[in-house]
Amino acid sequence: MNFIVEMQGITKRFGVVEANQGIDFDLKPGEIHALLGENGAGKTTLMRILYGLYRADEGEIRVAGKPVVIHSPKDAIGLGIGMVTQHFTLVPPLSVVENVALGQEGAVTLDLDQMRQRVVDAAKRFGIEIKPDALVRHLSVGERQRVEILKSLYRNARVLILDEPTAVLVPQEVEALFQTLNKLRESGMALVFISHKLNEVMELCDRITVLRDGKKIGTVLRGETNEAELARMMVGRETFGVVRPAERRGGEVRLKLDKVNALDKKGLPALKNISLEVRAGEILGIAGISGNGQSELAQVLSGMLKPVSGTVWVDGKDMTGASPADFAAANIGRVPEDRHSGVVGDLSVAENLVLEHLEEFSRNGMMDYASVQKFAQKMIEDFQIKARPQDPIRTLSGGNMQKVLLARALAHKPRVLIVAHPTRGLDIGATDYVRSKLLEQREAGTAILMISEDLDEILALSDRIAVMYEGRIVGIVSGRRATPEVLGMMMSGALEVDYAEA
Amino acid sequence: MEAFLVGLIAATLRVATPLILGTLGELFSERSGILNLGIEGTMFLGAFTGFAVAYLTGSLWLGLLAAVLAGMLAGLLMGLFTVTLGVNQHVSGLGITLLMTGISLFLYRVIFGERSVQPSIPTFPKVSPFGDTPVLGPIFEQYLLTYIAIALVPLVWWLLYRTSFGLRLRAVGENPEAADAAGVNVFRIRYIALAIGGGLMAAGGAFLSLAQLGSFIFGIIAGRGWVCIALIIFANWIPSRVLWGALLFGGVSALQLRLQATGAQLPYELFLALPYLVTILALVLAGRSAAAPAALLKPYRRE
Amino acid sequence: MPRLKIERYPAPLWVRPLIPVISIVVTFLLTSLVVLALNKNPFEAFYYFLIAPLASQSSAIEVLVKSTPLLLTGAAVTFAFSAGYYNIGAEGQLLAGAVAAAGLGMVLQNVPPVLAIPIMIVGGFAAGMAYAAIPALLKTRLDVDEVVTTLLLNTVILFFISFLLNGVWRSPVSGWPQSPEIADSAIFPRLIPRTRLHLGFLLAWISIGAVWLVFRRTALGLRMRAVGLGKEAARFAGVKVEQTMLTAALISGGIAGLAGVSEVAGIHYHLIEAISNNFGYTGIIVAMLGALNPLGVSLAALFLGLLDTGAQTVSRAMGIPIYLGNIVQSALLLITLAALVLQNYRIRRE
Repeated sequence: MNFIVEMQGITKRFGVVEANQGIDFDLKPGEIHALLGENGAGKTTLMRILYGLYRADEGEIRVAGKPVVIHSPKDAIGLGIGMVTQHFTLVPPLSVVENVALGQEGAVTLDLDQMRQRVVDAAKRFGIEIKPDALVRHLSVGERQRVEILKSLYRNARVLILDEPTAVLVPQEVEALFQTLNKLRESGMALVFISHKLNEVMELCDRITVLRDGKKIGTVLRGETNEAELARMMVGRETFGVVRPAERRGGEVRLKLDKVNALDKKGLPALKNISLEVRAGEILGIAGISGNGQSELAQVLSGMLKPVSGTVWVDGKDMTGASPADFAAANIGRVPEDRHSGVVGDLSVAENLVLEHLEEFSRNGMMDYASVQKFAQKMIEDFQIKARPQDPIRTLSGGNMQKVLLARALAHKPRVLIVAHPTRGLDIGATDYVRSKLLEQREAGTAILMISEDLDEILALSDRIAVMYEGRIVGIVSGRRATPEVLGMMMSGALEVDYAEA
Repeated sequence: MEAFLVGLIAATLRVATPLILGTLGELFSERSGILNLGIEGTMFLGAFTGFAVAYLTGSLWLGLLAAVLAGMLAGLLMGLFTVTLGVNQHVSGLGITLLMTGISLFLYRVIFGERSVQPSIPTFPKVSPFGDTPVLGPIFEQYLLTYIAIALVPLVWWLLYRTSFGLRLRAVGENPEAADAAGVNVFRIRYIALAIGGGLMAAGGAFLSLAQLGSFIFGIIAGRGWVCIALIIFANWIPSRVLWGALLFGGVSALQLRLQATGAQLPYELFLALPYLVTILALVLAGRSAAAPAALLKPYRRE
Repeated sequence: MPRLKIERYPAPLWVRPLIPVISIVVTFLLTSLVVLALNKNPFEAFYYFLIAPLASQSSAIEVLVKSTPLLLTGAAVTFAFSAGYYNIGAEGQLLAGAVAAAGLGMVLQNVPPVLAIPIMIVGGFAAGMAYAAIPALLKTRLDVDEVVTTLLLNTVILFFISFLLNGVWRSPVSGWPQSPEIADSAIFPRLIPRTRLHLGFLLAWISIGAVWLVFRRTALGLRMRAVGLGKEAARFAGVKVEQTMLTAALISGGIAGLAGVSEVAGIHYHLIEAISNNFGYTGIIVAMLGALNPLGVSLAALFLGLLDTGAQTVSRAMGIPIYLGNIVQSALLLITLAALVLQNYRIRRE
């Protein structure tokens, strides 16, 4: 079999993290090859190496049998490799034709008619429908994606990498995309389809390579596998070393969301009719693969994003669209998704600790720095933060920064606690510490909503687990009944569970 | 009345000339994503260099050429700070303005010393393509640079919308990541844009010393650079609107001058301030204007 | 030949305070090239620039006089920039303060100084604040870029002053475009007799002290720094970002207004169009050079005051045009900006 692309023993390290560990991957003309895996499994890293955005530390790449060195996207394009990333590289105020031809104009002066003709011809040849004269800014996401694909084809790509192309699309657009991709396959192109959605992979792809934690788990043919097996390969854990807390029914409802809808930064629906309740003394885990609305949920629950409809109640009080200041005042502890966006890096640890409740540390507008210092010392001791109060917080490690945020959120014995990815990027010691603090809060009767992509964490801590998929809650299951396989199927949209089951 | 109008239109064209040149210069810079607050100083540098070189060589054209070259250098210096180093564009632009002003004043004193009589040069002659024809004749009795400035408007349009350089320039100012991904050298395009822009700004300044005045006075630019910053917003970054905006500004100033000359008691300062206030109003109405190049003020870094 | 590679490598913290020093050295190295080109001795020039002004008491005091408006505009710019509000309008706010001072000074004829002077100060502060309120409200309510609006308003108020000076305020005595003299009781007293050092100098230090106090000791100061250093993180922590920014912008305008009062009541005793020698813009240099730190800002203002005076000395003693001072000041700003970026990189052999 003559492969168009062969990658062998690819290893890529970021600091101490091995994002790819000796991965082999190959690609034939006329096939769609899926790269399947959870976030952080190393799919995108592997393809960014092929497209010249990263350089591999070890390993070899051959294109059409010849060993090649790819330093930049320019090299990749020269070898006939194109990539459509999740962040489109289009210029919104320019027309479709201008976007496609940019950098490939051919002459000093632009012959607009000829340029248009060439682009239209290319679109026709590959069966891609475009509006050549429309400004990209006026196009839907699906149309923009087609322009992005056409851009690669216009540059004579024989290999096309699509990084989670359906993540940004509505269902009808997905259908149209699949038709396009099928046509491209028929024309003999080789396509890489990066995804974590089992149903899409099973519908579209010929071969499926599964990655997990930077390692290749295996390559299977579509005809010889099923969704359950893929889910196991994708999320399968060898061991579960954590003790799940005794499950319990919480106390009174502290946090309630009713049919909450919200838009993301691009103005697309990100939360769709989210309804849930969190009771005193329970942890509700929100599971899901990133980009399915968890960020927006965390933002709505910290006052950073106003819902377009629906209601948020805290302790029976309507907090819909309240500001972060209101949330802080209502004693809702919040630990943000990205810890760097929750701290002011150049302010000290102490200053960051008191920022949320300045009124308690000042009188008539004058700061009482003696009590700030005392408070910071106490938090540093209580939470085992390895830092001095006066250190700029940006000099702290991720774990210590997270402890500062946790300390700030917990210091006032919050009624409700919203935490997003509490242990992402932390070492084992810090992870255990943070988790034990969360369980402590649960014992103390706080209502906790915990968003996480880490299934181990979700399973270890949650009394109940809600799974988000494409902005909806596709099911709430009890922590006792949940298994990685079931959650994996739900997270990739292959399974929905009736709410009532929980 | 006819004489008044004809005189007004002729004066409008003259007053608008440095504004057209300066704003077209700013257009290049901003379309590439760089807000060049160095414009005030660059125009000043152009006015000085043009005058000094013309005085020393006796050639107005050499003066103009030297002014343009000096302006291009000022643009490249702006590029060093904003493109290569990625420094805050506001502060570096003001720094360039202060430095160029300082250099011009310093060199003027070095070359001309302190004289009781202002050194002067013969100015560019006026060109009257319509001769003694009524109305058109006196309106189009203008300096060559005025005609050049007006002719530059369609030329700049052509450059922006009908050449591959223009396409790349627009792409760089809107989405440098996209342009980079398409194989466009973002840094080079920005440097070129700043150089062209600086040259045009300096030509605007040189018009004042080489054509309108024939001498160099310290208040020669008198905030015209800031007017251009206002005009570019007013013009929505579109070449043809730069022309109309500059003529409107020029018209208001010219009217004010004419009215003053007739002895009418009018607060002419209000007329002068009006365009600024209108621009602020335009900013409010447009919000964070959708027409502004999206990458304006954002330094580009490759990951 | 080994390939050289530029890579990100932040310099250790102790380098930061050295940056202004390094920048000053580099600036003077570049300046000495200019001096050499004029066939003069650069060491002699540096002597007249930096040392001669401090050699005699009277010229040393003149340095302090020159630094007075820079201390105020530097403090004003620092205050706004620290909260992430890019106030380029200190020039205009200074002029607003000057207009208020000239106007009040005229009507305070029979008021004793103990009353007249506080009225001047409060009036100038209020005028600067009011003029700063326009762009500040546009920014915080309507998200209109403050840099362009403050810049435009700097010119607008110049037209207003020109309107006053060519109209109602035109000096009845000389007919020049300058306002009538302010009342004697409104004139700032001299701090040292027979020098030009006036109450404004004290006012400037009080302002610097107040800025320091706000930054270091008040909840507002902490909120301001939080907003300036990380707007969204501050918002997340419950800081009312827009309200904080507005407060910072208004106080900044007020301090700049004081600079206008100080020039009118301490130096000129009337209003002229050229009342500000670009003090508002130089305040930006002062603030950047002082790294937005009150102590640094006061040192920077004194240093620029020295440069202003030194430029005169160099000019008188060596016949080098006084505008060398402008070049040194602006080059110093640009070189400092570059140094702040370059400290984060190093060059290494690959």
